[in-house]
Amino acid sequence: MEGGVVSGAGQGYAARPVAVSGTSAKTETWLWIAQRASAALLALCVLVHLVTIIYAVRHGLSGAAILERTQGNAAGLAFYSLFVLAIAVHAPIGLRTLCQEWLGWRTASLNWCITVLALALFVFGLRAGWAVFAGPA
Amino acid sequence: MKNDYRARNHPAWWAFLVHRLSGLALSIFLPFHFWALGQALQGEARLNTLLRWTEQPLVKFAETMLVLLLAAHLTGGLRLLALEFLPWRGWQKSLLGWAAGAALAAGLAFLLNLV
Repeated sequence: MEGGVVSGAGQGYAARPVAVSGTSAKTETWLWIAQRASAALLALCVLVHLVTIIYAVRHGLSGAAILERTQGNAAGLAFYSLFVLAIAVHAPIGLRTLCQEWLGWRTASLNWCITVLALALFVFGLRAGWAVFAGPA
Repeated sequence: MKNDYRARNHPAWWAFLVHRLSGLALSIFLPFHFWALGQALQGEARLNTLLRWTEQPLVKFAETMLVLLLAAHLTGGLRLLALEFLPWRGWQKSLLGWAAGAALAAGLAFLLNLV
């Protein structure tokens, strides 16, 4: 079904249906599921990240202190790669909803822009994780 | 209900706005965060240059705000997941207060360790 009509998809607050040009109802459903599944994963990741941030500022924020704790930490790299994947799914879908509801952007071009953003976040996020946990090649 | 000020004069609407704006701010911050961490590829010295820049009071203030926004997005998101996926219980009415309190506590814990 083309041009599917879905619920506001915000946080249950939007009463007005939002029609997304060129997006099927099935795709909208999968995006909703992906948003919630990534949110559940992010809840755990962000909690660990917040504790790590507070620990890091408490124990010294110098390049040496940070890299000494992170370099060669394969578990850390695996964790942050998963974190980045969840971000790359969650943030673009959230921005997509925002663009639809606040900017009225509901053309197919929105889906393309959001896809590019998701890929960029994933690639640059992995690069950042590699830089911190694996270091210069 | 008409979507006017009466619908918005409610804690749940403010919670929605905080969740959305914090998500937007975090999304804008993410590329800069990834870029900054990527500087480690150029060695420890480059990372130190960046870390020295973050020692400015205004940057520290911005960092604290970001931690607060991240915590608010986390706790607000957990509240939404509970509302959407758990059977309705009376205690869910007070989730908003718990979410705000936990977010503020996280922001404060960061600030106290930063300064």
